[in-house]
Parts: sequence; C-alpha cells; structure tokens
Amino acid sequence: MGKKVAVVGFGQTKGRSSRKDVNGVELINEAVVAALADAELTIDDIDAIVIGNMDHFEGINYVDSWSVEGSGGVMKPIFKVTTGGTTGTTVAMCAYYHVASGMFDRVLAIGWEKNSESDTTGAIITAFDPVWERPNLGGAIAGLALEASKYMTNYGVTERDGARVAVRERLHALNNPYAHLHQEWMKGLAVDQLVDLLVTSEQNQVLAFPLRMSDMCPRTDGSAAVIFASEDVAEKIAPVPAWVHATANRHNFSLAGDVDMDRNTTMAAASKAVFEKAGIKEPLKEIDVCELYMPYSYAGLKWMEDFGFCAYGEGPKLLWDGVTDMDGELPVNPSGGVMSSNAIGATALIRVGEAAIQVMGKAGTRQVQRDVNLAFATGFGGCYWADVMLLGKKKPA
Amino acid sequence: MEKVGIVGVGQTKYERKKEDTFAELVFEATTAALADAGAEIGDIDNVVTVSNDFWDGRTISSMAVQDAAGSYNKDVSCVEGDGVFGAMYGMMRALSGSFDTTLVVAHVKGSEGNMNLITNAMFDPIYQRQIGIDATSSAALQARRYMEKTGATEEDFARVSVKNHSNGVNNPLAQIRKKITIDDVMKSRKISEPLKLFDCSPITDGAAAIVISNAKGVKRFKKDPIWILGASHLSDSYTLGYRDLAYPRALEAASKKAYAMAGITDPLKQLDVAELADAYSYMELLWYEGLGLSPKGKGAELIRSGATGMDGELPVNPSGGLLSAHPVLVAGLARIIEVTLQLRGEAGDRQIKGASKALAHGINGPCGQAHGVFVLGS
Repeated sequence: MGKKVAVVGFGQTKGRSSRKDVNGVELINEAVVAALADAELTIDDIDAIVIGNMDHFEGINYVDSWSVEGSGGVMKPIFKVTTGGTTGTTVAMCAYYHVASGMFDRVLAIGWEKNSESDTTGAIITAFDPVWERPNLGGAIAGLALEASKYMTNYGVTERDGARVAVRERLHALNNPYAHLHQEWMKGLAVDQLVDLLVTSEQNQVLAFPLRMSDMCPRTDGSAAVIFASEDVAEKIAPVPAWVHATANRHNFSLAGDVDMDRNTTMAAASKAVFEKAGIKEPLKEIDVCELYMPYSYAGLKWMEDFGFCAYGEGPKLLWDGVTDMDGELPVNPSGGVMSSNAIGATALIRVGEAAIQVMGKAGTRQVQRDVNLAFATGFGGCYWADVMLLGKKKPA
Repeated sequence: MEKVGIVGVGQTKYERKKEDTFAELVFEATTAALADAGAEIGDIDNVVTVSNDFWDGRTISSMAVQDAAGSYNKDVSCVEGDGVFGAMYGMMRALSGSFDTTLVVAHVKGSEGNMNLITNAMFDPIYQRQIGIDATSSAALQARRYMEKTGATEEDFARVSVKNHSNGVNNPLAQIRKKITIDDVMKSRKISEPLKLFDCSPITDGAAAIVISNAKGVKRFKKDPIWILGASHLSDSYTLGYRDLAYPRALEAASKKAYAMAGITDPLKQLDVAELADAYSYMELLWYEGLGLSPKGKGAELIRSGATGMDGELPVNPSGGLLSAHPVLVAGLARIIEVTLQLRGEAGDRQIKGASKALAHGINGPCGQAHGVFVLGS
C-alpha cells in the first residue's frame, strides 16, 4: 500500500522586496508556469493542486478559491494547507500524500507570499495567545533572540560565530539568481574580515540582542511551485526524479512558554523519525547536501547539533572548519537559504525544490560539486515547529 | 480505491456564544470521537486539524489547538477550508502507507468574528470588496440568477428551510430546534433580496472530530467502520462572472467521480440519505441538480415532490443541515458525522430506517465555488 513519490519539476520567482508589478494571483502564476516548463508538462497534466500561505500577510481569505485562475485550479481538485513558517513543507507533504494515497498521479504544490503587502511582525504577533503572550513575547524576532542568548550562555558561543553563519549564507546566495539578497560588496573579502565587519559595524543595527540586521532573514515577495509524481509516471517526466525517501513533522507546542529553549526538540524529533525511516545512522556522512529553513544565524549553529550533524556545543566548530561551505563535507544551503530570501509561505517549499534540483543535477551555478544521492530539506515555523523531507536519487525500496 | 473508513465521531453541541476556548472545543470533540471509537490517543497515528485564520482572528490558527488535538509527537497538518477537505486529506494520509489512522478535528467560533467582514475578505481587494459584497450578498445574486434561469420561486426556497428546520427539531445537537411554516419564512426579515432570515444559516460555535482508519488499522477500534466508497473534490472558477452561478458544474464533475468509485449510477434511488451544505436555503436545490438527484433546472420540482423529506425517497439533511446549525469549517465534518450515525443506526429520533449508502457534501469559497463529496456505506 502507498505509492512511491518523486519531485519532477520546480519553479520559483526571483525574490524581491516588493513586486508592485504583479498581484498575488499573477505572482503565483509565474511559479506555476516555471514549474510546468521545468517538468515539460502542461496544466492539463496536473491532477490536483495544493496551495499555502499565511492569510494575514496579504489579508486574503480562502486563498485556494481566490487564486484558481492563476494556480490552474479551475475544475481541478484544490485545497489549502497552512501552518505558519512551515507552510511550504506542509504544502509539499500534502502533495506527497496526495500522490502516495494512489488517488492522484501528478500534483502541483504551491507556496507564495507578498510580504510587501503586510506588517509581518504585526501579523505574526497574532499567532500567540491573546491574553497571556501577545503583550510580552510575540513576533518573529523576540523568541529567536531569546534562543540565541540561551545558546550563547550554555556553550560560550560568541557573536562572531553567529556572523560566520550569515557570511556563509550571503556568499552562497551570490551563486543563486533567484535569491533576494545579493550582497555583491562581500565578493573578494576574506571570511574573517567579513565576520569582523558584521560584528563591529554601527550600520549593522542590533534588533534584539544578540541579533543584528545581518543575523535575520529579509521580508520577500515570491512564489514557488513543485510538482510531485507517482512511481507510475515519474521516470517518464524527469530523467532523474528526486524521490521522497521519508518525511515527518512535529508541531508539539501551542504556547511559547512550552518551548524548550535549550534544544530544538521538534527539529531533533522530526529528523530522527526521518533518519530512522530511511536507515540513516551517520547523517553528516550519509547526506550530501542540505537546504534548511534557518531564518536567523544562530539556527545555523545550534540546530545543526539537534539534527545530529555534530555534538551539542560543537556547531561553531563544524562551521569554522568549513564543513558546511560549498566545498565542505556537507554543504548547507547552496541557495543562500532563508537568510537570503524569505517569502514565508514559499520559503520551506523552496527548500524542498532546491534540495530536489541538487539531486536532479539541475542547480546550475549553485550545484554542489559531488554526486548527490541524498538531500535533506526542512521547514520551521509556528511555535518551534519542524517539518523535514529527505530526497534521494535512488528509488526507495 | 483501497479500503478506508470512519471508526469514530464526536461533536460538541452547536450554539451561539459558547464560553469555551478554541482548545477546549477541540479537546471536547477529540475526546468524544476517541470515546466513540473505543480508542485512546495512542491509537491515532497522525492528526489533521481544520481552522481558518480569519475566523479565529489569529495567524497560524492551528497553533491554538495542537495540544488539544492530541498531536504531541505525532505528524500533524492543518487544512484551511471546510471540514470535508480536512477529511479528504485525512483519508489520503491513511491510504499513503505512512499511517493507518488519522484524527481530523475542526473548530470555529462564529460568534467571536464578524461574518460580513470575514467573508468580504474572500473577494478581490481592489475591485470587489469596496461594494460590500460578502457571503450573503453574493449568495443572494446566485439565488436570483437561479430563479431567473429555472423558474424556482422564493416559496421553493422556503420549502427547503421548512423541511430542514423541521428535521433539526429531532437533533439534540442542533442550534435552532424550531418548527416553522412557509409563511414564517416568507414573512421573516429581508437580509439580502431575495433571501430572508429563515433562508440563511445561523452564526454558530462548535467543534467536530472523526477518526479515519485503513483496513489494517480498524482492529484497534470497537465500532464497525463506515467505509468510504467514493470521494472527490473540485473547484470552479473564482470570478463570479466566469461561472454559471445557476449550475454547479464542479459539483457535477466531483459527484460523478465519487459515484463511479462507489458504483452508483442512479443516486436518487441508490442513496438512502444525504447531508448537503445548505448555507442558504436555495443552495440545496442547486446541489440536487449538481449531484444528479434531479434533472438540470428541476431542483425545485424535487423539493416540491417531497422526495427529500424524512419519508421521501432520499431524505436530505435529516440533521437539520446548516440552516439549523452552521459552524463554518466544522460543517463538512458534521455532515460526514451525521451520515455515519445514520449508517450505524445511531441517529435517534431522526434515524432513516435501514440506511446503508449515504452522501456527505461540503463547500468552499463564494457561492459554492469548490465542492467535496463523500459516498459512505455500512
């Protein structure tokens, strides 16, 4: 029971601060058209659609209904799934289960956001309990600053360590034509010099200690679409499909006060479940590339420990040793990651799409220089929620 | 399709202005569904919640109910739309090979929001919202167009309302339990021409949950499963002007697919009971046509014939339908729950004797843009 499923196409828009030239439906259409072209399919080949974003960012209710004339959903099965920051992976998983159920052969997953039409933090604050939490710990930055401070205290981590993550992500983004932030000024400077600049520059404003502007993701307008296909058709559509080896999520918390600030327990539990399903014992050795939803720099240290890529407190060493750079043992975020583009509802789906094109060998200037057998993608959001998906070149048994 | 069925159902009472929080409502429905199935939360492999950020006044509305839905350390997702789409996803997950059982739970507190503003927000922000269009005024346009095209009258709409309110009297969980006459409907306050107060469903709070299991999982539960024989969902165009508002072609296509899966060729004869999304009285007539229960343009004749009354050939909305309680989003799950109770023979005073095949239906978007259809059998 249950069909094997693979990614066979991916399309995304260029990340921008404000796409005033298109409305939301047109923005969605750009990604859909790109994904269909990538898979050499037409909308008539698509059996069902799943879409997601966050309602309060654009103020559109029933987005699945509103968008059909751009998504291609007229006279097709379509519904909406949404879970905050994890929306993109939630959409990907939903498309995966559509196909795995045996009910549909080719399913289009769409994630999008026009952050320019919103007050992002204003909207995110309303995710929290109106009585107990909105007045004191709402929004995107405060909780992350708290986590970073705790991590620094626990393991003697410094602001330079955080800045080193930001430097990696922004340098990788220079290879990705779709990334929102292209910090050309970084080209040609040494990593140490860039790190020093980030932690000393007065222009790099502190938002909430220890987080500076450079430690955070941007607000992006963008959309993405990924096509999932069943084992019956996948190899006919794509020469090298990216097979879904395993996927899992954990959304364990409802209140910010429930979150364990010492460890990212949901990311650890979800990735453990996936590694067990896929028979992975040494993730650092066995995985070839990662596209991880890390919305701020310190996630690139602490969460790496929670995935099991290194021991607790050793995230900075892994990073400074260059293990996660493009030419390292485990390249992380060749796309430049979330810190270089964050169109929230699309962001986690872009992680899945980017992981897939690494497997398919279609990542162009950001393709890692090695044989990619396994690629690992994650989503993060809500109340420290985690979604993970493992893609591979070999069709799973 | 492979065998998958419903093994547990639970609902809160449907009321206006409940004092419970979202989490308390979800916990009540979840607990009731587990008790009904003779199960514990450990028997549930994964969870799908159903909620909407506009109705809840919270972004990431599912965040408020993750713990109450029992999803701790389980795979979980959230469908934002009618419960029938939540059930669709829950079923797919139980068929995927990853899970044997899914809990699907939906909640809403209509009384905490402003229906007019919330449904106005589903229309185009630049060209349409400013004219004040919302669920009710767009429904009124659709009702008028249906009258124009088919010759149905306001009295025909009133007949739906009289039937469903009369049925609702027998449903202890219904919000409105009141017998009314055609005259009562015709004389009730105008809401949006031609719709009057008793043509419109009420504002409701409540929650509902179902447990879905594949053939492998059913031995964990004490109740005999009600099997899903067919299931399908489909959306029409969004722009009202692109659609024929007087005929639901998306429902026709969705139901044809579900009937084919279930081996149904003459739905009026082969189905024993149906629960449809009668958010406004006239909608039930349109859905008769889309579902093939009446010929095209003849929905009004079906209600006039009495075929969809409690003693008719195919009783429709024995629960009282949405006209007797309309918890938005929860509605689709409540329809599935009602037909499950009917097929089990547990529907009390509103039991249709010997019901063995049933249909449940839910809608999304303005004027019934998207439809979800389940055919169930004992």
